[in-house]
Amino acid sequence: MVQFSFWDILSNLLIATEWTIILSLIAFVSGGIVGLILLFMRTSRIAPLEWFTKGYIEFFQGTPLLMQLFLFFFGIALFGVEVSPWLAAWLALTFWTSAFLTEIWRGCVEAIPRGQWEASSTLALSYIEQMRYVILPQAARIAVAPTVGFSVQVIKGTALASIIGFVELTKAGTLLNNATFRPFLVYSLVALIYFCLCFPLSWYAKKLEGRLNVAR
Amino acid sequence: MSLVSIREVRKNFGPLEVLKGVSLEVEKGDVVAIIGRSGSGKSTLLRCINGLETYQAGAIMADGIEVGGLRANLRELRRHVGMVFQQFNLFPHLTAAENVMLAPTVVNKASKKDARGLAAEMLAKVGLSEKMDSYPSQLSGGQQQRVAIARALAMRPKVLLCDEITSALDPELVNEVLRVVEQLAREGMTLMLVTHEMRFARDVGTHLVFMHHGRVHEQGPPKQVFAAPKTPELQQFVGSIG
Repeated sequence: MVQFSFWDILSNLLIATEWTIILSLIAFVSGGIVGLILLFMRTSRIAPLEWFTKGYIEFFQGTPLLMQLFLFFFGIALFGVEVSPWLAAWLALTFWTSAFLTEIWRGCVEAIPRGQWEASSTLALSYIEQMRYVILPQAARIAVAPTVGFSVQVIKGTALASIIGFVELTKAGTLLNNATFRPFLVYSLVALIYFCLCFPLSWYAKKLEGRLNVAR
Repeated sequence: MSLVSIREVRKNFGPLEVLKGVSLEVEKGDVVAIIGRSGSGKSTLLRCINGLETYQAGAIMADGIEVGGLRANLRELRRHVGMVFQQFNLFPHLTAAENVMLAPTVVNKASKKDARGLAAEMLAKVGLSEKMDSYPSQLSGGQQQRVAIARALAMRPKVLLCDEITSALDPELVNEVLRVVEQLAREGMTLMLVTHEMRFARDVGTHLVFMHHGRVHEQGPPKQVFAAPKTPELQQFVGSIG
């Protein structure tokens, strides 16, 4: 039997961490893009679009991310389409992230005083133009801190992708534990690595919040 | 045809009827001062004219466009109907010049350079040439309100709606804003002002409208109406203001 030294374990975990980071980044970016589109729909005051986004958000916020991963992984396979763990994880995390980001951003949009909407519509701007030139530039300032804060949730969310067989940090931990039978050491290291990824982000989000409170 | 024509307009917020059949004709060059107690429906009436509020019955035509009509028409109408608010509502992330330039560039597709020239012209008109690159937070209330006027003027509106534009200002800043409005009136701009400045309404207005309980209670030439109010409600209102 192959013996694993501490350094073997750590270096294997660090290699897998790369996939955690990649999956987090991709999910966050694509979730952000989908979230922005949903935000426009959610605040459009066009009833069918609002209903659709409300339902969408309710579904993805109201069901466990793990179920969503299963649905994408096994559900799409039912239609005869082969889905890789990577694709299923990406899709599920994108939809899940977008649902939360839309809600966070909607709060920021609604924090902008009504007078800004009224003044800009009085100037004959269309809804999209109002959002683009008046509302979003102001909402973005308030949105930065909670958005960075939420990115921590995305990183932790990627751990669930291990269950459908995607080899990222958690899955690598499981594999190493099976080979070494040293669960405490392995999972301590896994937790430590997650912490090293997440802590700077939550710290930065806190700092941004503080800075915003000082600003006018 | 009148520039703004309001016919039997009714509006209610739930069970509360705020406009109970208001009719009013505004001709080009008129300066219409609308006075009345708070809750008399005067601001609501003004906000109906450019579609910020909907109404349930009657009709409003502004510059030949039916206000209650299609969304696209509303946008066209708003290009010709400017509005200034009590709370200024400047865009805080944009400088004074950028506030003025926004609608000309975005809506009228003017070039940045032309729009900047327009902003310079409009800000000069309100006496703020040296504040072009200041942000709203760096300006006094009176200056902010003058920028808001310049911003509305940049669309070259046919009529300008002013909703209690001096009510949020410190007393010593009221006059600088009123002077700008007076200048506009002299240049022949059509104005509809909801105001509490009775002296201004009398001196600058060409037409006075007294609203009471959601109706036009009394109207006529300001000097005449103020000198000899016919209804007890207006007598009392004028008396209470002094």
